[in-house]
Amino acid sequence: MPSNKSVSDAPITQFINCSILREHKLQREDLWVRGGRILDPEKLFFDEQGYADECVDCEGSIITPGFIDVQINGGYGVDFSQASDDVSGCVSIVAKKILEHGVTSFCPTLVTSPPAVYHKVLPQVKVHSGGRHGAGVLGVHLEGPFISVEKKGAHPEQFLRSFQGGGVVDLMETYGGLDDVAMVTLAPELAGSESVVRALCQRGVTVSLGHSVANLSQAEDAVSSGASFITHLFNAMLPFHHRDPGIVGLLTSDRVPAGRTVFYGMIADGIHTNPAALRIAHRAHPSGLVLVTDAIAAMGLPPGSHTLGQQVIEIQGLHAYVAGTKTLSGSIATMDMCVRHFKQASGCSVEEALEAASLHPAQLLGLSHKKGTLDYGSDADLTLLDDDLNVRATYISGEEVWRKDP
Amino acid sequence: MRLVILDDYDLSSEWAAKYIRNKIIQFQPSADRCFTLGLPTGSTPYGCYQKLIEYYRNGDISFKYVKTFNMDEYVGLPRAHPESYHSYMWNNFFKHIDIDPANAHILDGNVDDLEAECQAFEQQITKAGGIELFVGGIGPDGHIAFNEPGSSLVSRTRVKTLAKDTIVANARFFGNDLSKVPTMALTVGVGTVMAAKEVMILITGAHKAFALYKAIEEGVNHMWTVSAFQQHPRTIFVCDEDATLELRVKTVKYFKGLMHVHNKLVDPVLSIKDQ
Repeated sequence: MPSNKSVSDAPITQFINCSILREHKLQREDLWVRGGRILDPEKLFFDEQGYADECVDCEGSIITPGFIDVQINGGYGVDFSQASDDVSGCVSIVAKKILEHGVTSFCPTLVTSPPAVYHKVLPQVKVHSGGRHGAGVLGVHLEGPFISVEKKGAHPEQFLRSFQGGGVVDLMETYGGLDDVAMVTLAPELAGSESVVRALCQRGVTVSLGHSVANLSQAEDAVSSGASFITHLFNAMLPFHHRDPGIVGLLTSDRVPAGRTVFYGMIADGIHTNPAALRIAHRAHPSGLVLVTDAIAAMGLPPGSHTLGQQVIEIQGLHAYVAGTKTLSGSIATMDMCVRHFKQASGCSVEEALEAASLHPAQLLGLSHKKGTLDYGSDADLTLLDDDLNVRATYISGEEVWRKDP
Repeated sequence: MRLVILDDYDLSSEWAAKYIRNKIIQFQPSADRCFTLGLPTGSTPYGCYQKLIEYYRNGDISFKYVKTFNMDEYVGLPRAHPESYHSYMWNNFFKHIDIDPANAHILDGNVDDLEAECQAFEQQITKAGGIELFVGGIGPDGHIAFNEPGSSLVSRTRVKTLAKDTIVANARFFGNDLSKVPTMALTVGVGTVMAAKEVMILITGAHKAFALYKAIEEGVNHMWTVSAFQQHPRTIFVCDEDATLELRVKTVKYFKGLMHVHNKLVDPVLSIKDQ
């Protein structure tokens, strides 16, 4: 059949035999892609009298928008906070491997580091689109150093900082610049944080609260100034208390400005958060839940002993211990594992589990007009899953970038 | 006229779909010679479309060389609106089959010059060689397409203002809010459908029974425009039991007695796999 493509000559792909996540429901519909974007087939039919050039048989797969990981510290032996000379090469190694977990975009995360590390690493990590080479980089997540000493967790105490220079000055001095930074985690109780939160939000940087001993009121003030995320809820913050719920109280706070949502990251690996706590958070505020891996360099490495930097880590199943101890050294779950575990532990629907890893992080970063959904016009970043939510194939901009061996 | 009476909605939908299938396959459409099909919208033909999609999925029929002409479309309703007839046809038929988009013709109710659109539609039908089989439904007020009571029985494609009955009947698709229902539509005329080689009217449900009675047991009357097909050489009415409730027992018995003859039109049912 001759084609009348009045709008574009780009080839049109039709994904058939699939269930797609659209309007918060899995629907048996075909998915159409052209020029790396989701296409409206009805418009194609009536306006252009066009049709598909290529059909991809998905064999009954679920198609979800590609997963977005906004907190990942490394993997496969790579640590993003290491000041190597080939940072972008290291980021690429991880970017390529996480395609296998259905992740199509991510925020490489740097933990608290000395300014020298930021000055060396940050200029080498640029926002860029994904493709065969790996998942796209949406920007860096800077977790620290403006955090609370009491809740430093595994962050090195000697590099923690406060806003003694007045706020924004300290940011620029420490980080060197904010280009290509997508998110900053800070403790809002630090003096001078308000102007920092406002300045960051004005630059389009997402501000997250974490590693903090803030009470609910301080947290709410930060949200009023523009903060919109909570870094790994429950971990590295004051526990919920019924007379001062602390940062956890943001989930049901009535001081969140109208029209805004407070999102919160959850590491749903079954280890960092008790499933009952996961359920409490989910039930209190389901639309704000964002699945993150918070994966460390040991993620993706086979079971056994590995030397990472100055540490020896032992991997047993989903646990990564400091060798010879039972001290957890970080998370090594992959994003697809987190999605499966979250669904099973919370009893939520498939759609909710998928949206926690795609739509919600996109909304958090203000990208939901082009990422995190299968709406017409969105980037065609797709993850194909079987009914048990195992990844079968991954697509970026409509191009297959990974497929599981049969 | 042939009056084909099946027990229920599903069986009548299936009979109609088999008839259309056989007609298309017998025609042996090709690139130089398309089968032209007139099509309706609404809840009545839905089951028939479902069966046709099933036949396509099983590989028994192809719509590659079928040209379709829909009967009508609302005026002023955005094409992407879920209740537009474009949306209906896309979601309930076109997106599931292999029809060439260039062969699917539906009137556009959003152009500036509605009259020119109507004339162009008539010309497209002529250019396609006329309609082989026009499938239609019937409104509770006996209308065919949007040829409301009082429409000329020799009318052609034009703009029509909808009757109150029709607007009320359509309200259920617009959240039962009468103010949201379009008041005008572009429609093929009674004459346009009469010009087809063959006409098949689908009528199901007790609420259509009185209209069916008026259409076939009373005279030709512009107040019940479907009655015009009494003067067409090849008309088939396909209905379920409920739609016959207002007919004379004698009429129903006569045509039920002819079912063994009618069924020869759908049995054996043909398939392109055998060609």
